[in-house]
Amino acid sequence: MNGVDKPKLRLGVFKFASCDGCQLSLLDLEDELFELLSAVELSNFLEASSAVLPGPYDVALVEGSITTVHDQERILEIRASAKRLVTIGACATSGGIQALRNGANVGEWVASVYPSPDYISTLEHSTPISAHVPVDYELFGCPVNKHQLLEVLSAVWQDRKPRVRGVSVCSECKAKGTPCVLVTRGTACLGPLTHAGCEALCPTYGRGCFGCYGPQNTCNADALVTHLQHAHGQPDVVLSRLLNTYAGQASAFAQARKRLTT
Amino acid sequence: MREMKNKTEKRTIRFEVDALARVEGEGALTVVVHDGVVEEAKLRIFEPPRLFETLLRGRFLGEAPDVTARICGICPVAYQMSSTHALEQALGITITPTIRALRRLLYCGEWIESHALHLCMLHAPDFFGKHNVAELAALFPSEVQNSLKLKKTGNEILRVLGGREIHPINIRVGGFYKLPSQSELRTLRERLLLAKDQALATVKWVSAFPFPHVERDCELVSLWHPDEYPLCEGKIVSSAGLSIDPCDFETHFVETHVSHSNALHAHQQNGGGKDGGAYLVGPLARYALCGDKLPVEAKQAAQAAKLPPVCKNPFQSIVVRAVELVFACEEALRIVNEYEPQGPAFVDAPFQTARGVAATCAPRGLLFHRYDVRADGTIESCKIVPPTSQNQPAIEADLRLVAQTHLHLPHQELTARLEHAIRNHDPCISCATHALRVEVVRTKT
Repeated sequence: MNGVDKPKLRLGVFKFASCDGCQLSLLDLEDELFELLSAVELSNFLEASSAVLPGPYDVALVEGSITTVHDQERILEIRASAKRLVTIGACATSGGIQALRNGANVGEWVASVYPSPDYISTLEHSTPISAHVPVDYELFGCPVNKHQLLEVLSAVWQDRKPRVRGVSVCSECKAKGTPCVLVTRGTACLGPLTHAGCEALCPTYGRGCFGCYGPQNTCNADALVTHLQHAHGQPDVVLSRLLNTYAGQASAFAQARKRLTT
Repeated sequence: MREMKNKTEKRTIRFEVDALARVEGEGALTVVVHDGVVEEAKLRIFEPPRLFETLLRGRFLGEAPDVTARICGICPVAYQMSSTHALEQALGITITPTIRALRRLLYCGEWIESHALHLCMLHAPDFFGKHNVAELAALFPSEVQNSLKLKKTGNEILRVLGGREIHPINIRVGGFYKLPSQSELRTLRERLLLAKDQALATVKWVSAFPFPHVERDCELVSLWHPDEYPLCEGKIVSSAGLSIDPCDFETHFVETHVSHSNALHAHQQNGGGKDGGAYLVGPLARYALCGDKLPVEAKQAAQAAKLPPVCKNPFQSIVVRAVELVFACEEALRIVNEYEPQGPAFVDAPFQTARGVAATCAPRGLLFHRYDVRADGTIESCKIVPPTSQNQPAIEADLRLVAQTHLHLPHQELTARLEHAIRNHDPCISCATHALRVEVVRTKT
């Protein structure tokens, strides 16, 4: 990212309902961290720095989903202060695992965890950032791939489109030469539907993809669901859970669930 | 000692910081000082609740290790370890020695990654009035590089054994999806040898930090194992003589809900001990209760750093964390050297209606899980008690003491000291639910 005499990129990293794992990916760039810091100013990155500078920011990385009234307001302020807004991870792009509450009785859910539910303020739904403000780029993953994150920052710095391939996990399995777990073992696998980026990790370890990178743009979820039902006898309850975990509210996954009888 | 001289002056003073940085998650703090006496010290957690215990109801028990990992991106392995062990107890599964050793190795990876991150990037800047690791690196370039290398080695263990650093995918109830080959683990050997030296150098570095003189007696709680420094199994013991099986955790420790926090506070049932049943889990407790089980180089490092057998100064937790880094490197090295894959990758068992509990050692302290499962393999209910909800009352007690003993400091400096006091315990607010806002109030009548 260096080599050009350019002002530093003013970076803001903001957290909503999430596990911190996606922003931690930045700190996990141990080898690249100091080079990154030569091009990027940590203007507002609370997890890493107690120096908080006011906006505007050249780029805001947003982790997590919106689950409270306060956060609904906070995301508007962040959008207003950021030239570019990039969502990082499954929570920010599709609502995350906490979106399993959507459609449930949230009052009862809160009461089942907290003895004094009145102290808790939370919304009925966990929603992605794009449901509230325009988003310039969405990076998938639970968590994101740190090298893809670095690529997105490099792209912003160089004012170009990020080079993130829009293919499915299946393509990564083929490229690695990993035998297909669905074909050879009948394992329920969301690889044909899921956005690449993890280097087909789960199939490499002999397990089916559980869709944590969310649906790839042109996937045919209905066809996969039908195939898993009929050719491999996977029960609807299993498929429904599989499609409703880390990116369950992403439209392709949510649509495919509608044809299941659970 | 301005406050001492002004004893007759009656006033209330309020300290405020909008957001506490360099902690994992979102929280705030209020300290109220009235007439020179700390009246109130509250750690408020406003991290939005994510309701994991409820969203797990009705899910397949095999999903619990992956789902609970999402509670925390910094210590996912802790959640994977407590959930797998609890569910294995429910299903009556006994894991093989190979699986046991690999789980200890995986946990060592997480301890190295998490401790190195906290020590260097989140905690050390406090001792020198720095905002972040980049500023710290200007003072200590080689030491910071050392810590980053250590962190990378921890992550490398997680990658080799778990598939990736954050939310590893190779962990399942009963064991692993795939056992690593001997040659895959051997690739870690050279790195770990270097890491052990880097950890020893880190102990030396942090033990020379300027520590505020604060000592607090607090009941300490840790997992304890007769033969080894605890990670995945053992009894729950305390400095007050408690010794129980993790099955009895819920009869001794209760969670209460306070209006200022989205995290439940854990206390000892009878409100016993000091500070209304407050107790401390984490490195300070583990070291005090299990220090004699540390391997030789970690023990020598602690002695060379002049660390007493029971460290009562919470600001010195950074030294204890460094000693635990030496332990994690030694232990990982031992496991890698001895590793010969034997037996299946996982042990299977039929589903049954049953209850299972487990407590394991997250980097920040004891992590308790309990599951009730049904014969169809689904989860009926579960309970998760993370280390930070257990530490919240003890952190508040620390804040009262640190505020009271440092009232002579200028406003800004005291505020910084209070934030530092919170970071001493490496709170993981995502875990406890989640930036901390420090607010100190001094009132005048």
